[in-house]
Amino acid sequence: MEGYISLFVKAVFIENLALSFFLGMCTFIAVSKKISTAMGLGIAVMVVQAITVPANNFVYHALLKEDALAWMGITGVDLSFLALLSCIGIIGALVQILEMVLDKFFPALYFALGIFLPLITVNCAILGGSLFMIERDYNFGESVVYGVGSGFGWALAITVMAGVREKLKYSDIPAGLQGLGITFITAGLMSLGFMAFSGIQL
Amino acid sequence: MSARDFLDKIEPHFTKGGKLEKYFGLYEMVDTFIYTPADVTRGATHIRDGNDLKRTMTFVVIGTFFCVLMAMYNTGYQANHAMEVMGMKDVSNWRGMFMSLFGYNAMNPLSNFVHGALYFFPIYIVTLAVGGVWEVLFATVRGHEVNEGFLVSSMLYTLIMPPDMPLWQVALGISFGIVIGKEVFGGTGKNFLNPALTGRAFLYFAYPASITGDSVWVAVDGFTAATPLGLAATGGLEAVKAANYTWIQSFLGFEPGCLGETSALACLIGGAFLLYTRIASYRIMLGVFLGMVATSLLFNVIGSDSDPMFSIPWYWHLTMGGFAFGMVYMATDPVSAAMTDTGRWIYGALVGVMTVLIRVVNPAFPEGIMLAILFSNMFAPTIDYFVMQANIRRRVKRHA
Repeated sequence: MEGYISLFVKAVFIENLALSFFLGMCTFIAVSKKISTAMGLGIAVMVVQAITVPANNFVYHALLKEDALAWMGITGVDLSFLALLSCIGIIGALVQILEMVLDKFFPALYFALGIFLPLITVNCAILGGSLFMIERDYNFGESVVYGVGSGFGWALAITVMAGVREKLKYSDIPAGLQGLGITFITAGLMSLGFMAFSGIQL
Repeated sequence: MSARDFLDKIEPHFTKGGKLEKYFGLYEMVDTFIYTPADVTRGATHIRDGNDLKRTMTFVVIGTFFCVLMAMYNTGYQANHAMEVMGMKDVSNWRGMFMSLFGYNAMNPLSNFVHGALYFFPIYIVTLAVGGVWEVLFATVRGHEVNEGFLVSSMLYTLIMPPDMPLWQVALGISFGIVIGKEVFGGTGKNFLNPALTGRAFLYFAYPASITGDSVWVAVDGFTAATPLGLAATGGLEAVKAANYTWIQSFLGFEPGCLGETSALACLIGGAFLLYTRIASYRIMLGVFLGMVATSLLFNVIGSDSDPMFSIPWYWHLTMGGFAFGMVYMATDPVSAAMTDTGRWIYGALVGVMTVLIRVVNPAFPEGIMLAILFSNMFAPTIDYFVMQANIRRRVKRHA
């Protein structure tokens, strides 16, 4: 249990996907103008991350890993070079299914998320989460915790970013830096604040 | 001819159409620095008050008075003391010229004071000059005004430098703090991080050798002395007491450390002044304090066999390192802190909790207040947002 808690804290703060690894930057910068929208996207990322990382973990351990096919009686086969492809495919398929399910059963949530859900398919934070899971050799339980934690960390980062950007609406930014430029500077300064956690050993 | 007449006489050159109109910012800076401007808010403003930016900022600078005194005295005392321990007779650089008049005696207050001043003023002057150039440059090009906020940033920035900081790094740090921390957002009041801390954090990660470790806190080359906080990080309270630091000594500020941060007493006097004049928010200060006390009590209860920082009591957390300085001067910066009353409590508590958290659980940084405040600055707008949403929901319910 303690291991899961420290993995969660690590995924949220110390190895924050957005502010320590700078993953998912396109959506992080494009959709962080309003806190309410940013939170919606953050929740969507968290949900998708919580589904795809364990799913990828399952497929990887059941089919792709070296000797994973032993349950079929096939040994000596190592398909782990397919991990990248299968991750992308599984993420795409799961997001598609999730979208259809939401459309059918939770139309309010579906309209609230709108374009974000398909956008998440190409969010590198999602793929990054799955690839980190493979690289660090998490088991299924850890992958669930990591999926939720890293998604929550990303959601936290984009919410805070949106808060800062809402405040910066009242700033007087030089013409050349308006929009993307100041957003990059803001993200950089925010990751300076997140340095508070770097070095914590859990 | 009085200065007022002179300023009035040359004013037409700087106003629109004058030959020096580009430099209006400079004129305005000198004018409003010497004389209180008569401008008042017009139109449908609800709040009328004698307070203005000039008074707010000037009061903060006045509030640091005892910290500055202590900065000079303690820096000199530590340096003189270190020279006695090492058996050094004099300093061979330019400081030696001045000090030959006063001698190097840690028992002689004047000698301590002058020796410390010889470290304080170079850093302060470089900060003022370099930061001032950036301020005036941006004000002139972008057509806004230079105001007293810069005096606050530069004073606070100076007080959180180690005494022996290389001056070019001081210049680099204040440049980063003023330009990236403040001016790219449009100047005073438009930034979201504390400029002085942004500059220091930049130096902290760019040049860790001159702002961390054991050899930078006393201004004598080759003398190593860990700060009490550094001692506590490795050996707990026993190590602090073994090095002959008492709590009173740490409270008064006779310990190695950054220039102005060592004396909790000086900071608290400044804090009382800022609270009395209502410049700083008592909600933030109390929030920071209570957050710190609660978290350190929690860690005391949890306890740890391997990490001695767990058992440090809250009253030591208060006096060691820069906690008091950060609580009084840095966390209360009205621009980068939360704006709502409830938000200020939450924001303050976040600073206090994070400070102790970093000090205790993060082995990479012995001191936590700097990063804790930057981290909380970042969360301040979001805290405000949720406080406002809660307020809206409550009122909707009340009137539904």
